[in-house]
Amino acid sequence: MNIHEYQAKDILKSYGVAIQEGILANSPEEAVQAAKDLQAQTGTEWWVIKAQVHAGGRGKGGGIKLAKTLDEVREKAGNIIGMNLVTKQTGEQGKHVHMVLVSQDVYYPGPSATAEFYMSVLLDRSSGRNIIVYSPEGGMDIEEVAEKSPEKIFKEEIHPGVGLQGFQARKIAFNLGLSGAAFKEMVKFVQALYAAYLGADASMFEINPVFKTSDDKIVAVDAKVNLDDNALFRHPKLAALRDEREEDPTEVEAGQYNLNYVKLDGNVGCMVNGAGLAMATMDIIKLSGGEPANFLDVGGTADAARVEQAFRIILKDSNVKAILVNIFGGIVRCDRVAQGVVDAYKNMGNIHVPIIVRLQGTNAKEAKTLIDESGLKVYSVIQLEEAAQKVAEVLA
Amino acid sequence: MSVLVTKDSKIIVQGFTGNEGTFHASQMIDYGTQVAGGVTPGKGGTSHLDRPVFNTVADAVAKTGADVSIIFVPPAFAADAIMEAADAGVKVIVCITEGIPTSDMIQVKAYLSEKSCRLIGPNCPGVITAEEAKVGIMPGFVFKKGNIGIVSKSGTLTYEAADQVVKAGMGITTAIGIGGDPIIGTTTREAVELLMNDPDTHGIIMIGEIGGGMEAEAAHWIKEHGTKPVVGFIAGQTAPAGRRMGHAGAIVGGAEDTAAAKMAIMEACGIHVVHSPARIGAKMAEVLQPVTNQ
Repeated sequence: MNIHEYQAKDILKSYGVAIQEGILANSPEEAVQAAKDLQAQTGTEWWVIKAQVHAGGRGKGGGIKLAKTLDEVREKAGNIIGMNLVTKQTGEQGKHVHMVLVSQDVYYPGPSATAEFYMSVLLDRSSGRNIIVYSPEGGMDIEEVAEKSPEKIFKEEIHPGVGLQGFQARKIAFNLGLSGAAFKEMVKFVQALYAAYLGADASMFEINPVFKTSDDKIVAVDAKVNLDDNALFRHPKLAALRDEREEDPTEVEAGQYNLNYVKLDGNVGCMVNGAGLAMATMDIIKLSGGEPANFLDVGGTADAARVEQAFRIILKDSNVKAILVNIFGGIVRCDRVAQGVVDAYKNMGNIHVPIIVRLQGTNAKEAKTLIDESGLKVYSVIQLEEAAQKVAEVLA
Repeated sequence: MSVLVTKDSKIIVQGFTGNEGTFHASQMIDYGTQVAGGVTPGKGGTSHLDRPVFNTVADAVAKTGADVSIIFVPPAFAADAIMEAADAGVKVIVCITEGIPTSDMIQVKAYLSEKSCRLIGPNCPGVITAEEAKVGIMPGFVFKKGNIGIVSKSGTLTYEAADQVVKAGMGITTAIGIGGDPIIGTTTREAVELLMNDPDTHGIIMIGEIGGGMEAEAAHWIKEHGTKPVVGFIAGQTAPAGRRMGHAGAIVGGAEDTAAAKMAIMEACGIHVVHSPARIGAKMAEVLQPVTNQ
């Protein structure tokens, strides 16, 4: 699950990670009040107004602005709140900005040079262990650093039995070129960060940049946090951080029916049992000359009510020109699924796109007969190859 | 011969008396699998499906001589169940449970590294040795006996592949559903290696999906050590980057996670890659023909 920067920073702070402080605001007036309060708390003279959306690249898209006066805070917050922010991660359609984080300016002048670092915590799938990835090249796209100067990216693997050790935190601070007070601050920062990662059952932390201030403090200026969906059951407070406004409304609705649905941009909808077969069905659609309009795993049950919910979800997308239902009946009998399709179809009245139903497995022949004799505009096939041909036919 | 489970395997079911455990244990018994009993803490001494229920896996192993366990325990308790089975000396642990927190699996993986057992899954359909033993939730009738081994991250796509193999006139030795989570007990490479060493398996079908580097690892191993034809497919050629496709592990993070990248590596390593999932069986028939005709 994705969360906002301000929520991520709240989590970090609760574990003792030093952050760039900020106060959330839903309107320009709230932003001005937040700026005043923040000045009183931190002494900041300028403010950074940051759009809160689930997407990276906000700065380049115009979603992060510096404000030097309270009037500028009002003006810039007003420009950002309500804007449609387009970044390389939002796609062309962009994201509506509902709120901003009014943040302290940490780039103030002082006795020592400032520096920006990169740090993330994530699972290394090949070793089955968590790793801390870090680089002295912070503040920029890490993929770019990986491409241009891979020697500047370091990895530290954490042993699951003993956890992050002091020598590892020190190694990280040394590799980032720190000494003195900043070195000590970084050691504390890394240890607190890893504790937060474990405590929140996160699946990814990305802090870019980790900033060394001119007075040798180490703070998280940005924070991208993904939480492990499978672990949310034991973190009800974190589960409550979900912001459905950031998600596709159809995906939210599908989730309420326990349908695993991901909206895509194509013209052929699909309904499949099993995630792997669903991806394979999307591939078949592409090979047949179409583009998949969605991923949809209906799971182990495919009765009339469920099939109808799935049809309704798929048909919300006006790009859909045909639907391919692909069910491999094992424990679930194909004739039951076929009856579900027929009932759902009749119940919904006029479905204006052709439906191709491929049912294979237990009672596949009975299922085909049932659909063929229903008199509905539903094509029934048994082999996957036939399904591919039929999709190509209806698109032609 | 076959791998992991045979008609002589003695199986215990963890989470025996729950809905899932009851349903699938009955199906396994109907298939002819030797289900020796089950474990439900607090229900030890009772009987279920005409088989004994034990409080602990250790008890069940001591009384029944079980060497294989299948786990239907809910996600919050599944990691504990896996470690209990390993501690009790179970050799093959098959975990069906979907939705186990990743941090739990990190602990499990570390714990199992000190034990001599093999974990299959989690979030998998299980293992079936055709017409001998079904330790999983797959529809048994699809898997007719033969000489093709299957390794797959996905459930229904495994059934699809097995069905195509049978329709093409061949059959299955053992099908291993390794699971779609980011951390799993047995990797693609390890499962392929088991089948490569099985004399009854003449050809291997390897089905992967987007996310992670296991298929590439297996492909490089096959290039070095492979002695049998391997047909490969990667699901998710049309999946967009950054979106999770159902399985927790099925997400394109970097360039090497994509279906295209994996298929290119597999082809370069001598695997017969099909781009259409409808061609898995036909391709296997094609590449196996010269071998059996010799």
